[in-house]
Parts: sequence; structure tokens; C-alpha cells
Amino acid sequence: MDIRTFLDQDQKKDLLRLLTAGSVDDGKSTLIGRLLFDSKKLYEDQLDALKRDSKREGHAGEEIDYALLLDGLKAEREQGITIDVAYRYFSTAKRKFIIADTPGHEQYTRNMVTGASTANLAIILIDARKGVITQTRRHTYIVSLLGIKHIALAVNKMDLVNYSQEVYDKICKDYSDFVTPLAIPDVRFFPLSALKGDNIVDLSDKMPWYHGKSILEHLESIHIASDQNFTDLRYPVQYVVRPSLSYRGFAARIASGIIKKGDEIMVLPSRKRSTVKEIITYDGKPDYAFPPQSVTITLKDEIDVSRGDMLVHPNSIPNIERHFEAMLVWMDEEPMKTGTQFFIKQTTQITKARIDKIRYLVDINTLEKKETSKFELNEIGRVVITTAKPLFFDAYKKNRQTGSFIFIDPVSNNTCAVGMIMDQLSSDQLPSKIFDFDREKIANGLGLVTKAEYEKGYEQTGATIWITGLHGSGKNELAYTLQRNLFDMGAKVMLLDGKSTRSGLSRELDYSPADRAEHLRRVAHLCRLMNEQGILVICSFVSPDESIREQVKEIIGKKNFHLIHIDADIEFCRNNDQYEIYSKADEGKLKYLPGVDMEYQLPASPSLKLDSTDVASNLGKALAYLAEKKIYPI
Amino acid sequence: MHTPSYIINNLRELEAESIHIIREVAAEFENPVMLYSIGKDSSVMVRLAEKAFHPGKVPFPLMHIDSKWKFKEMIDFREKYTKEKGWNLIVHYNKEGYEAGIGPYKNGSKVHTDVMKTQALLAGLEKYNFDAAFGGARRDEEKSRAKERIYSFRDKFHQWDPKNQRPELWNVFNAKVHKGESIRVFPISNWTELDIWQYIRLENIPIVPLYFAKERPIVEVDGSLILVDDDRMPKELRDKAKMRMVRFRTLGCYPLTGAIESEADTIEKIVEEMMTVTKSERTTRVIDFDQEASMEQKKREGYF
Repeated sequence: MDIRTFLDQDQKKDLLRLLTAGSVDDGKSTLIGRLLFDSKKLYEDQLDALKRDSKREGHAGEEIDYALLLDGLKAEREQGITIDVAYRYFSTAKRKFIIADTPGHEQYTRNMVTGASTANLAIILIDARKGVITQTRRHTYIVSLLGIKHIALAVNKMDLVNYSQEVYDKICKDYSDFVTPLAIPDVRFFPLSALKGDNIVDLSDKMPWYHGKSILEHLESIHIASDQNFTDLRYPVQYVVRPSLSYRGFAARIASGIIKKGDEIMVLPSRKRSTVKEIITYDGKPDYAFPPQSVTITLKDEIDVSRGDMLVHPNSIPNIERHFEAMLVWMDEEPMKTGTQFFIKQTTQITKARIDKIRYLVDINTLEKKETSKFELNEIGRVVITTAKPLFFDAYKKNRQTGSFIFIDPVSNNTCAVGMIMDQLSSDQLPSKIFDFDREKIANGLGLVTKAEYEKGYEQTGATIWITGLHGSGKNELAYTLQRNLFDMGAKVMLLDGKSTRSGLSRELDYSPADRAEHLRRVAHLCRLMNEQGILVICSFVSPDESIREQVKEIIGKKNFHLIHIDADIEFCRNNDQYEIYSKADEGKLKYLPGVDMEYQLPASPSLKLDSTDVASNLGKALAYLAEKKIYPI
Repeated sequence: MHTPSYIINNLRELEAESIHIIREVAAEFENPVMLYSIGKDSSVMVRLAEKAFHPGKVPFPLMHIDSKWKFKEMIDFREKYTKEKGWNLIVHYNKEGYEAGIGPYKNGSKVHTDVMKTQALLAGLEKYNFDAAFGGARRDEEKSRAKERIYSFRDKFHQWDPKNQRPELWNVFNAKVHKGESIRVFPISNWTELDIWQYIRLENIPIVPLYFAKERPIVEVDGSLILVDDDRMPKELRDKAKMRMVRFRTLGCYPLTGAIESEADTIEKIVEEMMTVTKSERTTRVIDFDQEASMEQKKREGYF
């Protein structure tokens, strides 16, 4: 074979990512060293260095210590253990491999979880002399938790049990009994001696009773392409490419499913629909793209799409929820503090999250569930989470990309925990826990969301627009059109006027000055409560006395109170009187009508003064005022 | 119509992974930069960046830390492609060090590397307030790099703490840093040397001609084959120069970068040689031998 043919073939190989779990005592580093060595990937000078190092620090007597090849960092070499995840690369004629080599000690669950997160397959090592031990269970549990679909159980050190089939069979049975309930789709067994090279590359003549493949042969041939989810399109937008003002390309690495030119897609969270116009790559415009490709697409319609949005097919929508359950692994030296608002990053979204409830902690040695109030380093458990913005996700079991997330500590910025979202209970069945530190606020009726948080969430200022003027001056017309317009623009707005409040809230009150004062006092308190929760309130009341208006302003708060006066002469109002109130008052059938039998005091300093005859421009002026004062939009 | 294929080969998988990383950084950091060393790994990394934002422009600058002792051919190459490709390139060097005449012959490799590379890099990063810097390091290059994260956190002093690395799972990267802290990002972490050569071949990526074998004036210094690149090399060494057929496996400062004897003048021949010859890549860099675990030490200090 010439070099060109070699290179052409090499390019076509696929990539298998595998995890190795076991302790140094199980001969894990020796197994990896052997795989690297036997696949002829070791360069001569690495070997030279190895021989040199072996004399000085080796732990294997006269034989070559393969483990020394792998233990990179100085501190680890001194301790004789691997303490982090190390990635190794090797290649055979059939496939390329990336090994995530992780240590087996209990305190390093964190590292194994890390290595497992990207692996297609796990090799779990067992010392044939010891059989299935606690550590084996722990490793297998983590492998199943992280959704690895293929396990190769390497029963190592067969040379030290005289290559006994009986020993091997017993281990296989013990392991099968344990692994079956974990529902891992593909589990295979291999009797090995990494040190002697038995059943690593070639089948060993020491174990004629074994009729399976060598472990390398297995790694080379196992089918992994179908492990990807090609069904449900999940296109988490990473970046908006804008080479010119008119061009908007949406870049993403396809998490799952297949996207085709001409596909109808839906944008989450807006749920707007469009069609895929083109799929663009540096190398051309393919008709379709699939995971794990990184591509850019354009859409036929100009709709708003930004980072954190997800494109999906309308017939396969993920969960869109703020409330869900997950298995959480605590990764930080600092134990979990209850009540912390973490940052959560999932696909390309980042938002705040809190843990509502810890369902249980898993003892990873016995797999028993225990109660706990917080997690410490390397602890795993099931939790209920609430996020500030909805996430678009699938259960981790169905989709590794959209079902996984990390928690970032808001103070240290460390990745403090990682999680895998579970099959969805309907979110209204999930408990939401109120923490102790919130109880005081509850006792004082303060609410758990501040005005500032509401205002940020609603993108408006919680304020009251109080419209005063004579009956018939056009207050209600302005108030109602303002309400309609603000709502259509997206504001959270509420309207109060005489009709709506006097029919219930102030049912027993009449229009006498004393009752009028009491009525408006109630309305003002209602406005204040609304404003504190971020709502924009529009009030339309004659409110004829300066003193009452001052009282209202005091209750609502000067900062949130905006008085609009519609200035009108009495003749205008009489002509504009649809309910014949003025004529009723003239006839004496109705008392206390400002402008007839009581005074309407003109406001001394309204925030905005409008002219009743200029109806056409008053709405515009009022909206301009709201914008100028940054009430809405902010 | 042929049946669509949903199987991705190893190079395209690595490419997709790298593009994802590069886009994440551009989206989540305020002021990223791509460190451009002019070497083959950098050339691949820059191509990946171009692919990531196609048909748009790469939204961050490239920065070359010039130690002023690089091979002349590297600088020529840099100038040519910066113009041709329209890169936004920053060239930074340690002005004080340069004016004081710091160099490997006068001050030894350790001082030279520290002043003209490590310190220059840190000053360059600080000058422009970069909060993320892409580097072209690969995990298969050297032992201590096998455990490096893709997002490698650096404190205010640009230091790396191998005991205190952030967990990194799936392809969900944590880009949160406090002011003054930064992240070194290694988007081609999972590529091997062979992958790089394969990709250069597949994509037709231009590389510095020093990678290809040619007759060059060579002096043997402590077992390393050093190219006579200019007359800053002491005369007594220069006088011993002989023309030899050599090429370089890595590029850096010419007095610190050994050549290997080779006839390989095409990518195919280089790969063929690589598969059969047995010197691992970084061993032609003199700086790695300065002290025990020296690369790890340099990483702690802020060098990649």
C-alpha cells in the first residue's frame, strides 16, 4: 500500500471515544499503555524516556512500567496515582480512538463523570483475583448515569488466576446480576492480561476456552453510528453570522435530528415558523446536515432568532419548561449552599436556576437512596430545579446534548455541579420549596420577587398614570386607547376607572366629598400594590380636589405617580356628555358633580397637561411622555 | 438520487467540534484573540476559524508574539498571508527585551523564552485586555497537555493550576470569569499530529516551507541540528555550517528549534516518515529539556 492510499483510507475512519475506569491496582494504565504500544503509536523517544523514568521512579520492578507513560503531572508521579482525566489518542487500521483515562478512587467521581460525558463506550476493569467489588459497582453506576450505551468489562490479571475459566465465569455472572437492572443496552466480557498481552490484540493461547473477540478487535468493530439521535431536530443557535446588513445566518452544531433545505422549522421560544432556505458551510451548500456537524443556515422569512434560541421541526417539539427534575453531581470542593441562585448553562442558553428540593442522595457504593439537605463534592442525587427562563430540553436518556447542563457558582464562577435531566413528570406535580431565609419576607408580606426584578422581567417601570379632568373631558377615551396601545406593544398594563372600581371595591360609597376621598384612597393603595409588582396602572378619575390628589400621590409614592390633566372648559364637556349627567345635575337629580354644584380644582403642577379639544394628538403625547420618563418602554 | 449518508469521518468530526468551540468563545467572551504562531497547528486553527464564521469574517483578531528570533521564512509567510487573506493581525513583541538585546545566545534559552515569549505574551494579552486567547496546543503533543482542559482557566497572573481545573463535560463550556481573569482555549485539543497533516493535505492549507525537506545550512549544537538563519548566530558556530537535507517538525526560535534529517518534501512523504521514524514531535524543541517537567512548569507560569 502506498502512502496516498494509506492517507485516503485513514481519512475515512470514524472516531470512537472511550472511557477507562478502574484503579491502578487493576492494571488500567497498563492496559492503556498496552493498547497504545501494541497499536504501534508509541514513538521511540517516548519509550526511551520511559526506560529512563522506570529506573528512577518505576513501581513495576524490572519490567517496563506502561503506567508511567500515562501519568503526566509531576505531583501525580510522586504520589504514584493519576488524579485527573487524561486524554490519549491512538489509531488502528480500522478506527481512531480517544481514550479518556480516569482514576478509580472514590474521591475522584468528579473526574470519571467528566470522562464519561463524551464517551461512546466504557472499559471497566476488574482484577480477576478480586472479582466484582464496590468500586466496580460505583463505576458501572456512573457509566449508566452518564448514558454510555456500551460496556466492555475487562477481567484483567487472568495470568494471576492461572487463566481459570471458572473464575472468569463467576465474575461474569456476578456482574450480569448486578448490571441487568441498570438497563445498559450492550455489555460484553473479556478475560485479559494487560501485562502479558493476552486477548488484547490477538486471542491468547492461554485461554482456549474463550471464543469471543480480543478487546481491540471489539473496539474496532463495535457499531456506534446509530447511537446518535437522528429523529428529533434540535438546532441550538450558537451565533448569528452577519456578513452584511441583509444577511442573517444562524450557526449551530446540530445536537440531534437531520435538517434539510426546504424544511419547515419552528423557532423556540417564539414559536414562529419559517423554512430553511440554505445550509451553508465553507465547503459548499449541502442539501442536508446531521449531528454532530457544525453548519450555518438561512431562513426564508425575516424572523427574530438569536443565540440561545432553538430551531426544531414543528412536529417534534422538546419540553419547554422552567421546572424539571434532574440527577445532579456535585463537582465543587465547596459544599452546596441552599438557596443559591446558580447560573445554569444548557445547550447555548444561560440563565439563573435554583434547587427547589433534593429528592434523595444516592450512595454510589450501595446504590441506596438517602435523605440529605445538601450535596458535597462527588455526591450524586436527584433534585427538582426551577430556572428563570424556560429551557428547551429532552430527557438525557433520549438526548445527551439537550438533556445535559452545568451549574456555575455565581461567586466563584466554578463549574460547581453538572446534571442530567430526567424523564419529565408534568411540571405542576413537582414540589417547589420555599427556603427559610424567605420566610421572614413572607411573614411581612413582601413577596419573593422585588420590584426591580419584576421591572427587569417585564421590561417596564411599575408606575401609575393618573388621568384627571372634568366629566366629559375625554379621560376615559385616552385611558382606554392608552391601555390598548400599551398592551399591543407588550406592556403589562392594568386599567382602573370609576365604573370598574365603584361596582365592587367601593360599592357602598357615594360621591360625597368624604366618600370620594375614601374611594380614591382605596384605589391608590391598589395602584401601589400593582406598581410594586411591576404593573403599569392607568387610572381615569375626575379626582377634583388638589388635596385628594396629593393624598393619592403620597400613597402611591411620588416616584411612581404621574398626573395627566386633561384641560377642558365646561361647555366642551357638556357637549361631550354621552350619559346626560350634566342635565341630570342641572335638574337636581344628581348631586356632587364637579363643575356644577362643586368646584373642580385645577392641578397646580401636573406631569403632563393635555388639551381636550386636541383629541387626535393626545394619545401620541401620552405615549411620548411614557417613553421619555422610561416608564414604557424602558 | 443517492441515499444520504449520516456517517461522519474522524477529521470532519474533529472539525465540527473545533468550530463549535471557536463559535462558543466568540459568542460568550467580550474580547477574544487567536494566538497565531505561524506553525502548522496555527494554520489549521485559523482555517477552522474562517470556516466557523463563513460567509462572515472572523470576529476577533489574530496575535503573533514575535520573539524576534523566529525563522525569517516564518515572518515572510506571516506577512504574505496576512495581506492575502485580509487577517486582522496584531504583532506584539517585548520592546524592552528586544532593545536590551535579549537572545538565546547571550542569555540562554531559559531567560530568552521567559522574557521574549512568556512575558511578551502576557504583556500582549494585558495590553489589549483580551479575556480569552485561543492557542493551537494539542493534547497528544506532550504528557502534561494530555490533562489540559479545552477551556483552561488562568488567574489574574495568567497562571495555570493543574490541581484546580474546572470540570468540563459534554460540550458545555463555562465562560464565566472575573475581571482580570482569562481563559486559554484550545480548540484543536483532540487533534493528533497525523490529523493535522491529514487536514492540511485535505484542505490544501498553506504552511511555512521549512516543514518540507530542503538543503539548508546546518550546524550541529549539542546534538540538535540548528539552521544558520542570520548572523546573530556566533561566528564560531556559523563557520561549522554544512549544507544538509533537513526539515523542521515544529517551528519556533531558530536557535532553539532543531531540524531533522529528511528527504520528505511533500505532505505524503512527511506522513510516511512520521509513521516510520520515531522521534516524537516536541523533542526537537530545545526548551523542553531545560528542566524536569519543564513544560508543566512553563504552563504554570503562563506560557502555553
